[in-house]
Amino acid sequence: MKQADDIIIDLVNPNARVLDLGCGDGDLLCRLRQTKSVTGYGVEIEHNRIEGCLARGVNVIEHDIDAGLERFPTNSFDIVIMNETLQAISEPRTLVREMLRIGEECIVTFPNFAYWQCRKQLFFGGRMPVSKHLPNEWYDTPNIHLCTIHDFDTMCASENVRVISRYVFNHNGRETIATKMFRNVLGVTAFYRLGRPS
Amino acid sequence: MEADSVGVVTPECAEFNEPFKMENGAMLPYFQLMYETYGELNADRTNAVLICHALSGHHHAAGYHDADDRRTLGWWDNCIGPGKPIDTNDFYVVALNNIGGCHGSTGPTSNNPEINEPYGSDFPQVTVGDWVNSQARFADYLGIESFAAVIGGSLGGMQAMQWAIDYPDRVRNALLIACAPNLSAQNIAFNEIARQAILKDRNFNEGRYLAAASKPMDGLGTARMLGHVTYLSADGMELKFGGDVKSDDAADYYDVVGEVTSYLQYNGQKFAGMFDANTYLLMTHALDQFDPARSFDNDLVEALKKATARFLVISFTTDWRFAPERSREIVDALISAGCDVSYADIESLSGHDSFLLEIPRYHRILTSYMKQISESLAT
Repeated sequence: MKQADDIIIDLVNPNARVLDLGCGDGDLLCRLRQTKSVTGYGVEIEHNRIEGCLARGVNVIEHDIDAGLERFPTNSFDIVIMNETLQAISEPRTLVREMLRIGEECIVTFPNFAYWQCRKQLFFGGRMPVSKHLPNEWYDTPNIHLCTIHDFDTMCASENVRVISRYVFNHNGRETIATKMFRNVLGVTAFYRLGRPS
Repeated sequence: MEADSVGVVTPECAEFNEPFKMENGAMLPYFQLMYETYGELNADRTNAVLICHALSGHHHAAGYHDADDRRTLGWWDNCIGPGKPIDTNDFYVVALNNIGGCHGSTGPTSNNPEINEPYGSDFPQVTVGDWVNSQARFADYLGIESFAAVIGGSLGGMQAMQWAIDYPDRVRNALLIACAPNLSAQNIAFNEIARQAILKDRNFNEGRYLAAASKPMDGLGTARMLGHVTYLSADGMELKFGGDVKSDDAADYYDVVGEVTSYLQYNGQKFAGMFDANTYLLMTHALDQFDPARSFDNDLVEALKKATARFLVISFTTDWRFAPERSREIVDALISAGCDVSYADIESLSGHDSFLLEIPRYHRILTSYMKQISESLAT
């Protein structure tokens, strides 16, 4: 079974200059360095994750993404990655714009709020969905901007953002014919590789 | 003595008889450097770490000079020792007193061989670049081709940065703590007031006070008081001096006044008794002049493109002498220069002084980074 990181690694070109927003303990950057010889930096705010990055020799910059990315110059990276963080950002649309200013391309992943299990909990239970991918109760969740695959597509269209490729995982971490056909119902996690308007 | 102490250490002296040309063109016919080492140099000579000191620092960074006297503890003992962030089980740690200093290395209190009197105010103006060049000579003396890390806080961090630019092949990691890429106008203004306090002391005698009976103690003490306040934060001082007493009682008010006054005077006088006024002038001028971008058309990115070391930059939230924004300037320039860099901003109430303190998160960051270096040595 492919993990989310494997998909992202497939999407990154060798020797790319990478900025990983919300890089966690640096696992993805570490693997990208080993498999794709990338260079770059992680951006993180959680203290123990920053120490995790340092312990494995991954460049990490302590920075609050919500404070903006003005400090990163235009065109300074080949690719900007944001893995499962978009929904916790205060201004996700501005952030996607910023990612595509800083990098030639970007990779964004997020949990699909229209996944049928979420719909079921909301429809039959009448409560905000809680699952493996969205484990928090409504009152203590960092996920303040949850969206569906349709929502994200709509935003990309209105922003004139080019969708270079898209993968949708089902609950088994697989992309099947079914998830391709009914991605907004069967998709648990969405992966987008985005580019500037052509 | 604590189990994680390097124990009792004895300073050593390295002598250099080849003349040393300084950046301003002056020549030192001879110089010596006082130094201490902690830990063992490995067989490949790859585990050496250089500690660069700040304005008032010296070679005695860790351990005791006298096992029975806690006052002889090194200035960065909380960070250097077996099991400490700069772990002497892993690294051969070298600390020295810079030229121009007043703790045994050649400086204004040393004998000027030309006139057979102390240099005094005739000692040539040193720069951060001069320190780095003399430290490189010192590394040759120790047989160290490249340092696993050059580490410094404040003015020490500036030396680490200069090392990475001037000797890229000899520094594998540069740790810049509570540092800045150059001095702000405000920084320079504070230094100038400190210098004026010394220069206007009636005992300064144009810097030739060593021959006279009395030293410019008042001026040096005042300079230190001013400097000391810039090392603390407003909130930290509130906490220290019980300024949170919000009563109208005049007695409480005078308690705060009295405590601040006696604290500052004690520190000023203590410092004036141990330090040399000419050295203080030299060190503050070296700070004012520090700007590695200057030789690169004022482009810090171009300057840092010469560096090949990996960098760790650390700032402290309440440091207003070299504020976090100044560290971020360095980090952003390093990113633009394509250098490997990590950055952490440590929450602390203690202002600029934080870099000397045992702040848990700060030490965990240093530990994680240094452990990774020592692991890379083993492979």
